[in-house]
Amino acid sequence: MSNIPTDLHYTKSHEWVRRIQGGAVEIGITDHAQGALGDLVFVEVPDAGRTLRAGEACAVVESVKAASDVYSPLAGKVVANNAALAAKPELLNQDPYGEGWLFRLETAADVGTLMSAAAYASFLDDESK
Amino acid sequence: MGLKTPLYGLHVEQGAKIVDFGGWDMPLHYGSQIEEHHAVRRDAGMFDVSHMAVVDLTGGRSREFLRVLLANDVARLKEFGKALYTCMLNPDGGVIDDLIVYFVADTWYRLVVNAGTRDKDLAWIRSHAAQFDVAVLERTDLAMIAVQGPNARRKAAELLAPAQQPAALELKPFSGAAFGSWFVARTGYTGEDGFEIMMPAADAADAWRRLLDGGVKPAGLGARDTLRLEAGMNLYGNDMDEQHHPLESGLAWTVAFEPLVREFIGRAALSKARREGCDAFVGLLLEERGVLRSHQRVLAAGLDAEGMVTSGTFSPTLNRSIALARVPRGTGAAVQVEIRGKMHAARVVRPPFVRHGKALIEI
Repeated sequence: MSNIPTDLHYTKSHEWVRRIQGGAVEIGITDHAQGALGDLVFVEVPDAGRTLRAGEACAVVESVKAASDVYSPLAGKVVANNAALAAKPELLNQDPYGEGWLFRLETAADVGTLMSAAAYASFLDDESK
Repeated sequence: MGLKTPLYGLHVEQGAKIVDFGGWDMPLHYGSQIEEHHAVRRDAGMFDVSHMAVVDLTGGRSREFLRVLLANDVARLKEFGKALYTCMLNPDGGVIDDLIVYFVADTWYRLVVNAGTRDKDLAWIRSHAAQFDVAVLERTDLAMIAVQGPNARRKAAELLAPAQQPAALELKPFSGAAFGSWFVARTGYTGEDGFEIMMPAADAADAWRRLLDGGVKPAGLGARDTLRLEAGMNLYGNDMDEQHHPLESGLAWTVAFEPLVREFIGRAALSKARREGCDAFVGLLLEERGVLRSHQRVLAAGLDAEGMVTSGTFSPTLNRSIALARVPRGTGAAVQVEIRGKMHAARVVRPPFVRHGKALIEI
């Protein structure tokens, strides 16, 4: 079973969202997603300052197996990205909810519109059936 | 639900991620593909390759038959146990499959063909074998384990009886020998030394467990692909197929045009292609970050015609992306590859990229 922290919000495309201070959110991909991708070898994150629509493809995570787009769960402006991933993409495998975060977004959108941990867990359950 | 090898249960027990490969349920990796890759380059890893088809050809005219069927010449095999890598072509020169043929005895040759092509291969072989009175027997009773890496032969030899071990360890590269009901060959698909061992299916699980106890790391299809690509070895369906002949697939070295009197299937088409010239088949090293993948476009300065990546991956040994590509003649040393709509610089290099644990390409 993959790890699904209860304090985060989730999307059907396997991103997680964490509320941080000042109306910003931190975004990454879930433990399930990194497990399905396998060893990550290349990560491309959005530049700071870029404005994203909800659902916009804005990052690429690439494993030995395949490349996958990451979609912005919410609309907003990128205020930071995780530069450490360029040299150490494996952080995404090792710590998907911590050191493997992808970018931070300044957003007015409501994270409550996204799935809770319980909803994401049952979504994964359904997906694997 | 796909076909399962005799080792399927062990793969699941060892936590393998199972994927469909040519209709077979096979392990992709057992946790980390990159760790498995490094284990083969640095120590010893093992692959279940029981999905590949072992086909025995017997009959007094077996050699004569294979000299027609295969683009490489089995007459080059002078000693029992010697192996030859070759393509099997259609009359247009297209590659039906690539395979290894072992010279087992005067009237007995053994072919090992790809899993995904087994049905069409067998149909093709049978359609030509009859006129040579050659019997075609698919050995579904055998399993096959490839043990690869600098320490692979030493560790794998321990599966044999002590009296058999010296003979196994003395096998020359690309040679094999029977040890009881087993056939041990010093061949592989990784660019490392090692053995490929064919054995009765009933022996496979015990052999796998003993290798595991001896410190040989299970490795899946994922690592198999990155290892073979680093070694500059082609994958059927990616780097060659029925629409492409060996000369434009980097396999000219496997075609025996001499002696001229040998009329193998596809010869006329290949001779014509050789006269007229054809696309080149090259290695690529990505100069920038990113990963080369099959079907990406390759553009060369001053040429209108485009090339295409046939296999691409991230190379765990080089820590860079590498690829095999079919490109127009006249392509220079620097090309651009299109990755998700953007052009990236790549260098044209001569495979292999890695052999025996060492990088052969300057980064």
